[in-house]
Amino acid sequence: MARVLPKKDVVIMGLGWTGSILGEQLTAAGLNVVALERGPWRDTATDFNIGYMQDELRYAIRKDLFLPPALEAMTMRNNLSQTALPMRDYGSFLPGHGVGGAGVHWNGHTWRFWESDFQIKTHLTQRYGAAKLKNLQLQDWGPSWAEIEPSFDKFEYLCGVSGKAGNLKGQVQPGGNPFESPRGREYPNPPMRMPYASTLFGEKMKELGFHPFPLPSSNMSRPYINPLGIRMGECSYCGFCERFACGNYSKASPQTTVVPVLVRRSNFELRTECEVLKVNLTPDGKMAKSVTYTDRNGAELEQPADLVILCGYGLMNVRMMLLSKIGPQYDPVSGKGTVGRNYCYQTSAGARLLFDDKHFNPFIGAGSLGMTIDDFNGDAFDHSSLDFVGGAGISCTVTNGRPISNRPTAPGTPRWGAKWKQATKEGYQNAMGFGSEGSSYPVRENYLDLDPTYKDRHGRPLLRITFDFPDNDVAMSHYISDQLEKMTKPFNAKYAAVGRLKKGWDSVPYQTTHNTGGAIMGLDPSTSALNKYLQSWDVPNVFVIGASAFAHNAGMNPTGTVGALAYWAAEAITAQYIKSPGALVRT
Amino acid sequence: MTSLISRSFARWRYQPRLRSLIPFAMAAATLAFTAPAFAADVEAGKYQAVLGDCRGCHGKDLSGGVTLMTPFGKLVTPNITPDKETGIGNYSGEAFRQAMKNGIAPGNKLLYPAMPYPSYARMPDNDIAALWDYLKTVKPVKKPVNVNQLRFPFNLRFMMRGWNILFFRPASYTDTAGKSAAWNRGAYLVNGPGHCSACHTPKNPFGADKGTALTGAALQGWYAPDLTGDRQAGLGAWSVKDIVEYLGTGRNAHSIASGPMAEAVENSTDQMTASDLNAIAVYLKDLPPSRGNGGGGTGVDAQLRSGRSLYDINCAACHGRDGKGSLLFPALAGNANVRQVRADTVVRMVLAGSQAVATPKAPTGPGMPSLAWKLSDGQAADILTYVRNNWGNQAPAVSAETVGRIRGELHSGS
Repeated sequence: MARVLPKKDVVIMGLGWTGSILGEQLTAAGLNVVALERGPWRDTATDFNIGYMQDELRYAIRKDLFLPPALEAMTMRNNLSQTALPMRDYGSFLPGHGVGGAGVHWNGHTWRFWESDFQIKTHLTQRYGAAKLKNLQLQDWGPSWAEIEPSFDKFEYLCGVSGKAGNLKGQVQPGGNPFESPRGREYPNPPMRMPYASTLFGEKMKELGFHPFPLPSSNMSRPYINPLGIRMGECSYCGFCERFACGNYSKASPQTTVVPVLVRRSNFELRTECEVLKVNLTPDGKMAKSVTYTDRNGAELEQPADLVILCGYGLMNVRMMLLSKIGPQYDPVSGKGTVGRNYCYQTSAGARLLFDDKHFNPFIGAGSLGMTIDDFNGDAFDHSSLDFVGGAGISCTVTNGRPISNRPTAPGTPRWGAKWKQATKEGYQNAMGFGSEGSSYPVRENYLDLDPTYKDRHGRPLLRITFDFPDNDVAMSHYISDQLEKMTKPFNAKYAAVGRLKKGWDSVPYQTTHNTGGAIMGLDPSTSALNKYLQSWDVPNVFVIGASAFAHNAGMNPTGTVGALAYWAAEAITAQYIKSPGALVRT
Repeated sequence: MTSLISRSFARWRYQPRLRSLIPFAMAAATLAFTAPAFAADVEAGKYQAVLGDCRGCHGKDLSGGVTLMTPFGKLVTPNITPDKETGIGNYSGEAFRQAMKNGIAPGNKLLYPAMPYPSYARMPDNDIAALWDYLKTVKPVKKPVNVNQLRFPFNLRFMMRGWNILFFRPASYTDTAGKSAAWNRGAYLVNGPGHCSACHTPKNPFGADKGTALTGAALQGWYAPDLTGDRQAGLGAWSVKDIVEYLGTGRNAHSIASGPMAEAVENSTDQMTASDLNAIAVYLKDLPPSRGNGGGGTGVDAQLRSGRSLYDINCAACHGRDGKGSLLFPALAGNANVRQVRADTVVRMVLAGSQAVATPKAPTGPGMPSLAWKLSDGQAADILTYVRNNWGNQAPAVSAETVGRIRGELHSGS
């Protein structure tokens, strides 16, 4: 029997980006908050030591910072006719672990989804007619752009994003992204200094008539003090961002932007190595009363609270809802039910170019260092004559020249031996690439549920992912690959190759950690698990924050929108829910 | 608690007049101690605990148990919560005053001057009475502490009698005529409850002050810098505002507090009032330059060349190739810690690393990594010689032997 602890106002599951933002906002509003984090405490000075952080073998290859599959695995299949099998190792995506979560090991790409994403169904129907969206479960998210824009602004100023505005209050700005939705003010920091490959890409794209701009980056282009008074250092372009923590305080993460203030608050308590097993509901299933968790010694404890906020990685939020029976399981056959619905991924392709006479110096890198064009993203281009909707941002980033993974060679090169060594020597300075970050739109048969067979070490069913790239997204991606082919021409490279997406999602090779959906926000309780404030329609004292709330995935990285949704939900709680607890949207 | 290894007997400090050991009886003071404790007194007493940095040695909950590594062996700080068995719950107000001002605990037990009674002796009895009122209100913690773990013969408390005769000069603080009220308040805080000279004044072999006060002192692998107006090694280049910012937040454009000073900021100075911080700054800025510290660069050219390239590789990412640091990382150009005659602090930082204090006003608390595993003694010496003699800095060259000595001390845990 779990020992029952004294009640708190709020219990938060997970202390990554969303948990730390909610914790900060709710403690500032005077609530007593306890956060339960499954992984260990992690701090820049003691755990991300600059003296050894650039250990590629330990962090990038052996994945030291990531969630060990022994703690939580998942099963996967491509369609309903298959039997799902557990992923024995995380490959296609890499969930974070410990304080900071995936905010520790990300690259720092900090995008805003567009106004047309939040109103995607309305927007596309108006422009192309309802028939264009057949077979897609696209639906509006709920908030208007005017409502959600200030939350993006808060997250960008928290992180100290380096970038150039492309649309200030409706005025298109030279040098920025002309396709972005209007922003209230400029980025807090100027763009990063561009390396040669990205500069070259920008020049060529401009020649082709496109609109290159610096990728918005949570790597610091200059020292920064954020609104909480936390200081960050200038990026040294060391090239150890993705899969690494930043030892230089130069990449925004919960550790470098929120946690130092949060842990000093007397009304905040953090319990690490504490794994939430279940949210306990009242007998009628209409309210959450507590969470049950195990501590680092394996003892089972029950933490009562007035408000339960799920801030785990998106997939884990969905699993926790299913395990706790918060909302009805989605059924892909009938289309009924909400939890597990609209699971989406990301649809990517890339181009590699090899030259003879360049000096790209790829070791001068950073996670979000590059130039992007959005001319083929979202609905920035006319889809009238195309057999798909959606699109992709196309970026040339220079992230690293790390010695184990970065060995570009021409096709036909042996994989080992003297010829391979010679080719890697030639390729290292002469290779560049650019890639697409493509949208992933929901279809009826892609979804999440609990696996009927495989269980975790506590005896709880694993999450089951049923996913394949939908026809719409494959068509989109092939169209983008066609564009990439054309874009490689003016570079006059010795060798250029463009990848093409194939059906049949494979969970082994790394692709992207941008899993979205499953506990989506929306306007209709029959098609969304959460209302537009990320509050459960079914259990109103549960909020579920993260990319799990995305009703679809756009052609850009999700973290900026995750951060905005965290501030958006926090504001709903502090401005509305505290004063009048209960459903914030009546049906 | 090895983080506190720097708190040594060298925290002793003392004044310039002989006196008898007989406790002086003060009727007026006794009156103050019999008065009931009002909330205002408790608040005032809480602030006295801040000024005296009680938590620096006795811990956040004041239950002691913090090990002080001294040149004479281990001292473990006592429990000063009101627990009757293991704390000071059985003290009378007068007994507390005797301990604070004369270093004599009940039973005529002589305290070791790691407890800075020679400084606290300057505190007015009213303030000590308020502090006592406050201490009676903190949560009692039952925690027995074996205080005296000093080596023989230092473990014999009666020896402190001789020490007191030689070095202890109790005196209350009197204002210096012709100086401003702020100056006098600052002088009182620095030399009284703040006990700054415990670390910053050179010590004799008995751990008592010698030479000019606040001109810097080595202690346990750190070098507490010169606080006089010396431009090279002292506070000559700092403004009053700089000092206030440093003490109030743990950082300013010149430096960031780490090591023992981080603890002093976290437990004491960042909770001081703006006017008290200003008073301290006014007083320190008036201290005449020591002239003896800092001084001539003697780096060998080869050492400087080697140091430059090693610096660019290992240090410049944070501190900048121009040595100017950033909003987060301290500048090395013009940094007095870098320019002390003795390089102990900077050698220690390079070898062992350090973490800056985090305060509500500057919550980041950046860390300096340990570089001991990747730099040889000679390489560390070259980097430091370069840093100490570049961008306008001037200080004696650092030898590989000095680095090796401190590396040895760190290994042995002293």
